[in-house]
Amino acid sequence: MNYILRRIGFYLVAAWASLTLNFFLPRLMPGDPGDAIMARMQGRLTPETVDAMRQAYGLSDDPVIVQYLRYLGNLAQGQLGVSISAFPSPVTDIIFQGLVWTVLLGTTATVISFAIGSVLGMTGAWKRGSKVDSVMPPLVIFVGSFPYFWLATVALFYLSFQWGVFPLRHAYNDTLSPAFSLEFLLSVLYHLFLPALTIIVVSIGGWLLGMRNTMISTLAEDYVTMAEAKGLPQRRVMFQYAARNALLPNMTAFGMSLGFILGGALFTEVVFAYPGLGYQLITAVRALDYPLMQGLFLMITFAVLIANLIVDLLYVRMDPRVRAS
Amino acid sequence: MALTHDEAKHQWASSEDALLAIRDLRVEYLTPRGPVRAVDGVSFSIRPGEVLGLAGESGCGKSTVAQAILRILQPPAVITGGRVLFEGKDVLSMSDEQLEQFRWQEVSMVFQSAMNALNPVMTVGDQIVDAILAHEPGMKENKARERAREMLKIVGIEEHRIDSYPHQLSGGMRQRAVIAIALVLNPPLMIMDEPTTALDVVVQKEIMAQIADLKQRLGFSILFITHDMSLLVEISDRIAIMYAGQIVETTAAREIFEEPLHPYTQGLMSSFPSLTGERVKLSGIPGSPPDLISPPAGCRFHPRCPKRMVLCDQAAPALGEARSNHWVACHLYPESRPANTPAAELEPHPQALALRDPERSAS
Amino acid sequence: MSSNQTLVEADIPVAPVPEERVTSVGKPRRASNFVTLILQNRKAAVGAVILLLFAIMAIFAPVLAPYDPTDYVGRARQAPSSEFWFGTTGSGQDVLSQTIYGARISLGTGLLVGLLTTVLGALVGMSAGYFRGRVDDILSLITNVVLIIPSIPLLIVLAAFLPAGFWTIVAVLTLTGWSWGARVLRSQTLTLREKDFVASAVVSGERSMRIVFREILPNMTSIVVAGMFGAINYAIGAQAGLEFLGLGNPSNISWGTNLYWAQNNAGLLTGAWWTILPSGVCIALVAFSFALINYAIDEVTNPRLRSQRQTVEILKQYDRRMRSSRATPVIRGAVEA
Repeated sequence: MNYILRRIGFYLVAAWASLTLNFFLPRLMPGDPGDAIMARMQGRLTPETVDAMRQAYGLSDDPVIVQYLRYLGNLAQGQLGVSISAFPSPVTDIIFQGLVWTVLLGTTATVISFAIGSVLGMTGAWKRGSKVDSVMPPLVIFVGSFPYFWLATVALFYLSFQWGVFPLRHAYNDTLSPAFSLEFLLSVLYHLFLPALTIIVVSIGGWLLGMRNTMISTLAEDYVTMAEAKGLPQRRVMFQYAARNALLPNMTAFGMSLGFILGGALFTEVVFAYPGLGYQLITAVRALDYPLMQGLFLMITFAVLIANLIVDLLYVRMDPRVRAS
Repeated sequence: MALTHDEAKHQWASSEDALLAIRDLRVEYLTPRGPVRAVDGVSFSIRPGEVLGLAGESGCGKSTVAQAILRILQPPAVITGGRVLFEGKDVLSMSDEQLEQFRWQEVSMVFQSAMNALNPVMTVGDQIVDAILAHEPGMKENKARERAREMLKIVGIEEHRIDSYPHQLSGGMRQRAVIAIALVLNPPLMIMDEPTTALDVVVQKEIMAQIADLKQRLGFSILFITHDMSLLVEISDRIAIMYAGQIVETTAAREIFEEPLHPYTQGLMSSFPSLTGERVKLSGIPGSPPDLISPPAGCRFHPRCPKRMVLCDQAAPALGEARSNHWVACHLYPESRPANTPAAELEPHPQALALRDPERSAS
Repeated sequence: MSSNQTLVEADIPVAPVPEERVTSVGKPRRASNFVTLILQNRKAAVGAVILLLFAIMAIFAPVLAPYDPTDYVGRARQAPSSEFWFGTTGSGQDVLSQTIYGARISLGTGLLVGLLTTVLGALVGMSAGYFRGRVDDILSLITNVVLIIPSIPLLIVLAAFLPAGFWTIVAVLTLTGWSWGARVLRSQTLTLREKDFVASAVVSGERSMRIVFREILPNMTSIVVAGMFGAINYAIGAQAGLEFLGLGNPSNISWGTNLYWAQNNAGLLTGAWWTILPSGVCIALVAFSFALINYAIDEVTNPRLRSQRQTVEILKQYDRRMRSSRATPVIRGAVEA
């Protein structure tokens, strides 16, 4: 339990750091952020919008510390300000629409990629010198070298545009409206497949190599030798003795890489016009919708922190040594 | 020469009623620099109920022998020759399925470090149950747990510890748990590979007493491996001393303590404190074991031997019966030497004189 | 004898028994030895050759490129032909020339950012690991926070707020990219700190700076180098990503902007695959090379991986069947000297 408390403490610090970073972002711009944004928008803003924005940023003539406290106060009430491009929708409303899709795409892709990568790495290390062990590592390194967005673009072109096997854009068929119907769910799956596949293909190598590495070390441990000596079936030795232990360091790595993979998923969303946080983020950047941009950054960060916490909880379940301390 | 060597080995090791008989076992580690001959023609046998002590410095190949018997050595180690006969069946020609049957059921093993031998993410109970269910697939899980509980009780662990994880147990308890796992199928032979090395002296004593007691009650044979000669005298019936992948001396336990014949054994004897607890100077053996990729010619011990003779780096000594039922491979004894060795060959080698500790030769 | 050649292939002493898991070596190792060791690995050699070709391409771009990459030299969207080997872009520039010139900014940024992040990461990580205690607590906290905040979204937002340009991208990539290296080097420094040769240097009263740079750093060469290659890869990929999204300077010629323009001019949707393919493949090849070298470094410096590989090589000479079983192989008489 202690372990989890420590982790939560850390996530709170990380959350605070990102909040503070977020506060200073607009202040990185030369001159008065309000004016600067005004200038960039070239009169597309009404004075109303600018006021709303200033308010959201806590921009005023008060000292920075007062502005900062006001900003934290606003956040505590769940206020991320008002979108410029979709004025006057609150940023939070827009973000929640995107969050669903990002969580769906991100979770599906990372979990599948982690699972398949780990299993391949594990069997490769177990079957020393087999095809899986000699061919897979260079292959996954090669495939993993392509940028997410590039692979997504090419996949979209051939599989969707040229051959029409997969849909071109969006998270579900435009003619449908969200409902708990089979038709809708199938449409969601159909739209999910290709974006998820490209993320899996690029990210699988890391898990494969990581697992292969730790598995090779674990196989040299005495408890694996003893399991073999006990005459246990090979499967049992491989899964319950070797892989269970080899998985632990990789789970930590999994948590830490989530942010990175989410970053990649973000490009994928852009290419497939998949309406998650990443797609929204780019749309906001292109529309110079600063409040939305910042809200999205915060939301993505929090999503990563929460995902990490979930991984920690799983980790505690997997490793009795952590449970005890 | 080679013939006498081989004959001798088989002679001393042969016994019709052996439970386990090892014949001319060879194990090599294949490395990029060339094969390392970790075990080079080792033979011995163990009778039912007998305790054979296998002793030697670390790296002499004794643990390799143990793991080769169960065929759990991992490449780059390969077995390159010999036979491992258990009740007449050759372990080296068993299929994977036969091996799975053979392991633990017939020969179980207590590993060196209990900390590393127990799976950290499984409870002690589950690790015992695992062994039972692998060999008695028909058994109900709760019956197996019952047996696991009994086993823990036998080795002196409270039953409720069955749900403990290894890290929740003390070092002594972990070692007892490992012994419980080794006992659970009641195998006729147990290999104990330095079962007490990682423990402090008091716990070590307790565990040794426990092993002796269990052996008395259950009557299994033990192949007891250690570098600590003081442990061996109490528990072993016979002792074999290994050096650089070969057995250099073997006889009854008492005999080896009373009259060690091989200079290496003599060195080992003087490097452990006396049994009565009196502190004795540990003189040890100068130098370190040879590189087994290219072992010294002749007797492998000659570079470190204080009694080296001219002959020693030229011919390998055979394991000969120098005393009744006391076998040794050393040119000091005519039984090990080639026939008609000229007297000049038996002169002390000049380098040996330098090795002699002036203090020791004075006393 | 062919079997013997494989046996001595890598000429590294390998202990027959499993070694410690720590990847470091006990005594200082020369950097030049390390390079030769790595290059003897086939994967690393392949990676190094590819990288060398790209370096030549970047340096001699003006000589190699058939046209000025910014000139409009022909009709838009021409398929590859003898005149334009890689075809023309949506606005009629030569794709081959753009690809060749693109290497300059892409590789340059990658190298620069890779160096900067490595230096920053090494400073933070080694200070934390060497000084331990309070310093370590604070530096580790900062490192872990930077590590966990998702860098790509931060990059995008930062790039949106800051004036667009080369140095903005370099600064932003450096500030978000150093933490992984810091974390790895910290734990390695902590391990080395405990070694005898460092302890003796501390006792003999050497200055901290000297100990860190003369005793500890040389023993982490492989990790520093691997970390830097990883950082370069990260930088090249992230920069290309930012540019692809239009957050770079679109008037620069780089692989990322090439792809941005290809996308903007609907390169694929009009079937002009040649505008998308070259730059993407270049990025992938460079990333692949660095990753291959890193894989080789791991294979050479991690004793477990090394012996696994050597074992496989050696066993292949004997019997293929036995590798399906995990029981100790029995090879009678095969291994006579």
